[in-house]
Amino acid sequence: MASDASGEQDRARRFRDAALPYLDDVYTLARYLMRNSADAEDAVQECYLRALRHFDSYRGPAMKPWLLAILKNVCYAEFARRGKQDVPADVADDETATDEPVWQEPQSTPEASLLRQQDDATIRNLVSALPEPFREAIVLREINDLSYQEIAAVARVPVGTVMSRLNRARAMLRAAWNAANGAAQATARPAAQSARSAAATPGSAS
Amino acid sequence: MSVTANHADEMLLNALADGELDAGHVRDVEAHVAGCAACAEKFKAIRALRAAMANASLKEPAPAHLRSRIEALFPAAASEPAPASASLKGAVARWWRSFIGGFAVGGALSAAATAILVIGLFTANQDQQIADEVVSAHVRSLQAGHLMDVQTSDQHTVKPWFNGKLDVAPPVIDLTAQGFTLLGGRLDYIEGEPVASVIYQRRKHVINLFVAQRLGAARATVQAKTIQGYNVRHWTEQGLDFWAVSDLAGDELDEFVQKISADLRPPGAS
Repeated sequence: MASDASGEQDRARRFRDAALPYLDDVYTLARYLMRNSADAEDAVQECYLRALRHFDSYRGPAMKPWLLAILKNVCYAEFARRGKQDVPADVADDETATDEPVWQEPQSTPEASLLRQQDDATIRNLVSALPEPFREAIVLREINDLSYQEIAAVARVPVGTVMSRLNRARAMLRAAWNAANGAAQATARPAAQSARSAAATPGSAS
Repeated sequence: MSVTANHADEMLLNALADGELDAGHVRDVEAHVAGCAACAEKFKAIRALRAAMANASLKEPAPAHLRSRIEALFPAAASEPAPASASLKGAVARWWRSFIGGFAVGGALSAAATAILVIGLFTANQDQQIADEVVSAHVRSLQAGHLMDVQTSDQHTVKPWFNGKLDVAPPVIDLTAQGFTLLGGRLDYIEGEPVASVIYQRRKHVINLFVAQRLGAARATVQAKTIQGYNVRHWTEQGLDFWAVSDLAGDELDEFVQKISADLRPPGAS
């Protein structure tokens, strides 16, 4: 019987039905990870090719996190191949935690201004400017709508790490938002940082 | 992370805003936020940021040429997804051809008539076949405009809507308080038979609960499967067969099944 060819067709059709609905999600993550459309498109294509190859052995979890995990691997492999500075692989989250204030006191009314001027482009740029792996975490959460568990599975880190990355990502976004809006004047950052570093380097904060 | 004795861990504030805390922690953190101005301020800022991101259109739709490129990767791309009846007819006809080995069965044989024959003949792989169809029906329902025939969160509107369309009255249960929002109902076809689909949602995950008489082998206990990444649960209760399908995580779908099942049982029954 011609079952081989039709079986292959059937498999491709099932894969298409299952995976194609998530194309926008996959492309979105690719855009934020690769930061330009040409690289993002190549990554998406490679992702779907790999996914189809592994579709037979696929037993779950859900299709969306599975595709996003493959995409992430494709992107990271590409970073590694290029020897890019930005290679996000396994950044030690907590060691870098002192680069930015985790929490910055609101200067005027940042949340009010957040709501007032929802400037899509600004928010998109701020998200794009986040360092890995915080960018990945916040995109998976707020744009791809994954649960903490699913983000942990995609990023291959414990849920606790996901929580700390999201916390950091949001703190950085808030700080960047304040800076972008001029709400945070030149005095804001040094003030916050001097408090933090006072114990370690007394007197060095100007 | 900065945790002091007097303030809530910021990660917990994030988790509360994300709806990711269990009930016990929710109570604790909410109680703390209610009484602590500093944490309340932080929590407000987190929620404001979430709202701003939700309102901004941050998703990047795949450009049309990329979509064509991806679709071209699959040989089956030429055959458009068929409407329900046609694909069902195709599936039954394929099965039938393989069964009688070579006899051509024309389109003259209606899907319904074939299905009656098929029901008598199916044995072991019947459930698998139905499970595949149920998943296909779920995927189809997610395409724009296919999800609901009657759209309402009122169970007293959904239930009567099925009257006269089916020979069973599917139970329609309001689980909003338990985190599963009732979206509406739809008439679908599985194995050539009309079935009710009651549609629920948790977060952005759609759950199709298919209900019919004799849809697969009777199962007193819940059967779990994963097909193409969708979780599938099948069980029989009150003489009806239930199939729940969703891309929701397995344990959350189990929770859904338990809640439906508990509601179906008459009070006092064990």
